[in-house]
Amino acid sequence: MGGGWLSRWPVIRQLKGEDGRGRAARSARTDALRPRVEDAETVARSVCPYCAVGCGQLVYVKDGKVTQIEGDPGSPISRGRLCPKGSASKQLVTHPGRQTKVLYRRPYGTEWEPLDLETAMDMIADRVVRTRRETWQQTHEGQEVRRTLGIAGLGGATLDNEENYLMKKLYTALGAIQVENQARI
Amino acid sequence: MAECHPVGYQWVMEARERGAKVFHIDPRFSRTSATVDRYLAIRAGTDIVLLGALINHVLSNGLDFREYVLAYTNAATLVNRDFRDTEDLDGLFSGFDEETGRYDPSTWAYEGDVPEEEELTEGGKRHAEAAGSDSYGARGAGASATPPEDPTLTDPRCVYQILKRHYSRYTPEMVEELCGIPREQFDELAEAITANSGRERTTAWVYSVGWTQHSVGVQYIRAASILQLLLGNMGRPGGGIMALRGHASIQGSTDIPTLFNLLPGYIAMPHAHRHDGLDHYLEREGADTGWWGNRRAYVVSLLKAWWGDAATEANDYCFDYLPRLTGDHGHYATVMGQIDGTVKGYFVVGENPAVGSANGKAQRLGLANLDWLVVRDLVLVETATFWKDAPEIETGELRTEEIGTEVFFMPAASHVEKEGTFTNTQRLLQWREKALDPPGDCRSDLWFYYHLGKRVRQRLGDDEIDRPVMELTWDYPEIGAQRDPDAGAVLREINGTAADGRLLASLRELKPDGSTSCGCWIYCGVYADGVNMAARRKPHTEQGPVALEWGWAWPANRRILYNRASADPQGRPWSERKKYVYWDGTRWTGPDVPDFEEDKAPGYRPPEGAKAEHALAGTDPFIMQSDGRGWLYVPSGLSDGPLPTHYEPHESPVRNALYGQQSNPARRTVDRPENPYNPALSPRFPYVYTTSRLTEHHTTGAMSRPLPYLAELQPEAFCEVSREMAEEIGLDNGGWATIVTTRTAIELRVLVTGRVRPLRLNGKVVHQIVMPYHWGYSSGGVVTGDVVNDLPSIVLDPNVYIQESKAGTCDVLPGRRPRGRALLDLIERYRDG
Repeated sequence: MGGGWLSRWPVIRQLKGEDGRGRAARSARTDALRPRVEDAETVARSVCPYCAVGCGQLVYVKDGKVTQIEGDPGSPISRGRLCPKGSASKQLVTHPGRQTKVLYRRPYGTEWEPLDLETAMDMIADRVVRTRRETWQQTHEGQEVRRTLGIAGLGGATLDNEENYLMKKLYTALGAIQVENQARI
Repeated sequence: MAECHPVGYQWVMEARERGAKVFHIDPRFSRTSATVDRYLAIRAGTDIVLLGALINHVLSNGLDFREYVLAYTNAATLVNRDFRDTEDLDGLFSGFDEETGRYDPSTWAYEGDVPEEEELTEGGKRHAEAAGSDSYGARGAGASATPPEDPTLTDPRCVYQILKRHYSRYTPEMVEELCGIPREQFDELAEAITANSGRERTTAWVYSVGWTQHSVGVQYIRAASILQLLLGNMGRPGGGIMALRGHASIQGSTDIPTLFNLLPGYIAMPHAHRHDGLDHYLEREGADTGWWGNRRAYVVSLLKAWWGDAATEANDYCFDYLPRLTGDHGHYATVMGQIDGTVKGYFVVGENPAVGSANGKAQRLGLANLDWLVVRDLVLVETATFWKDAPEIETGELRTEEIGTEVFFMPAASHVEKEGTFTNTQRLLQWREKALDPPGDCRSDLWFYYHLGKRVRQRLGDDEIDRPVMELTWDYPEIGAQRDPDAGAVLREINGTAADGRLLASLRELKPDGSTSCGCWIYCGVYADGVNMAARRKPHTEQGPVALEWGWAWPANRRILYNRASADPQGRPWSERKKYVYWDGTRWTGPDVPDFEEDKAPGYRPPEGAKAEHALAGTDPFIMQSDGRGWLYVPSGLSDGPLPTHYEPHESPVRNALYGQQSNPARRTVDRPENPYNPALSPRFPYVYTTSRLTEHHTTGAMSRPLPYLAELQPEAFCEVSREMAEEIGLDNGGWATIVTTRTAIELRVLVTGRVRPLRLNGKVVHQIVMPYHWGYSSGGVVTGDVVNDLPSIVLDPNVYIQESKAGTCDVLPGRRPRGRALLDLIERYRDG
């Protein structure tokens, strides 16, 4: 676009009667704009985590951060489209309210306390082993049952199949039978 | 569908543009209603009346697809002569025991089927108490493969005649009286679905939790199945009954269940009183005919996947390592166990029962009585913070300093920070690539359970009770600095391997002798020949509309189930227009993977004594059923009757006009002080409520309320009422309403619209109130609000123990609810009043 600064000023071009939404609205800044996805370092092929339609998502990453999540145009299910939730899913993974630290509330405590991840894992393992032993039922009403009713689990319908598989496998081996998820409730 | 599955709805819109007629039947007028040909407002909890009337319309006018019905359903099958219908017993089937509230289903069987001991039979007391019907997610219950038939459909004991009698009083007048749908609207619907079914055309039904969350939830779906089978709309393109599931992998979490009564692939958890060893168990769980006749291979392969070399023929492949059920160990029983102090430790993973489950107060009282609680989520959900901000703290029922629950909050990885598969609503597995590592302490649930398992094993010894854990196969390659277990290795275990380690290509390769292992038989083939089929991404522009090379659907990548029914008994397409899978003279072929043995000719007739798939004829498309037929009538397996019957919701302002029996006689109630019920027909609770969702939010809001974009779009909890109801009560648009049940009262903003309509039922006007349930008291929410799920009671469908949260009664008062003790006083007055 040639000419002096005056002719580059969009408002002048718009006043001259050009369509105010097209070329006439362009500025030097507009011309310099680039899509966020253009300089992404990697693109992961993913799936929307909200409802069960299973829309394809493309996840753009730069400098170790998610820079954009868009619909995958190749998907025969969604053909590149996302709903308001799917379109907001970059915010889902980057919003400041997301918790990134382990928190601990001791019995009768009134506040959260910080806790190291490894320590938390050890403490939870200790409790599983102790509770299982304390509540073990070898028999019930004269029948062999080999189980604990002391440990239960709930969740979740947004977990991966591989995750549900390991959960059910471990719970069952431990004898924990009160295992449920959103699919029922 | 437009509201909750918007991108899926684009296909409905396209179909409509090409001439499809679309109806929407719902208590509330939503974004879907705004885009269809006809919207029918219905009273929540009455859909079986409507579906039953459609069935009656088809049967009394001879509009069924007779050739399909005769060949592919059990319409001609004769039923036991001692069977009595609800028409004979005023709303009960034969076999009901008033004392236990349970049915003995023996008389419902096919003619000639000798029922076994009631305690052991499918659908019997022991089977029902552990929600045994859930295992029919991938197969049918056991019955004879070749029951006696009357192909003329005239014998009064054949299924066709039983159906006719059963639905004879489900008339358009009854629809008007119970559902509130005017005659002309019913006529238009009935005309449309029958005109649009047959050789040349098919009709599809789509449903969601508006059909399942009822004390007769399973029978809603059954009613639609009967209608679709009669019209020949199953196993054909453009037909079917589609369950729209609400979460990314809710289908996956039923297939590979974190559910108390199931093992992967809908294999039932063993019951202490029904099953002894493996042989006994296999005998009791279904028939030997149809594909399910191969179940020993599926169960043994699962045990081999879990216990590897420790599982041998001599020890029943470690079958005794499986803990035994003795009754209901479902979610609500678990909550009562927490309140009673038997449940000590609780893992809540990507779920939020303090807001999401019925009777929220009972949920929170349970949480407050635990020894320890682990919550894994992206944000601090209400279930993690209940000890300081639950509504019960405000009322004084709980005090933070007196709650002994130790709480661990473990931050979770998001869907882009881990790899793995979701199974979507059409049984399609799609692999997600990992985009980046999770931040801080955030980890995937795969990481958490794998490393927890390792730590637990380090702490166990050689005690007999520890052997199932110590001998468990638990070695997965660890990847990266965070030592994430390899999700691909887990998926390969799920797929299954032969003795030489080769990845299996198909479930047909599974063996009953311990030489194969497979973590979930219906997923066998997802890693065929070492290729992650779920990761396939051939764009839709480069393949046909069935898109077989995008992801992988169970079973065997078949996209339409039972698709052999898309051809006539001789194997020819029903019509050129509806051509799909057909017999080409030597094999079954078409754009989909045939859901049938590829080389089984239409003329195949099973030899005497044949087992498994060999017992089904070349004309039997429903290969997971013992007789290969679509079951109009269910002779075995259900706990509340062989035919869908209208019962009023547990809490209803209306008398059941069809029978003396008001509600489902077999429904499960929880009669405890924490769970009071509104009396049926009570003038104190004159309004019908139902709960709903919005496009901009997701379930309890933990994945939507903290997001400013979404919070701004739907900022406040509200209820939607009609102008007439607003006037009757004195509610102002934009003002407040207090909604009261015997559980509690909540306050919501009022939205007065013409979208919710008063229903005229036989002269009586019934008002409905509609409430989206996405709000809660925290969840790191930019927006918060009262918990709608605090209103429903815990009353359950007797087959699968889902709660009735879509239809109940309430009172509505203008203005905000009382605070503190005054709130409890208000509820007290309603309970005593």
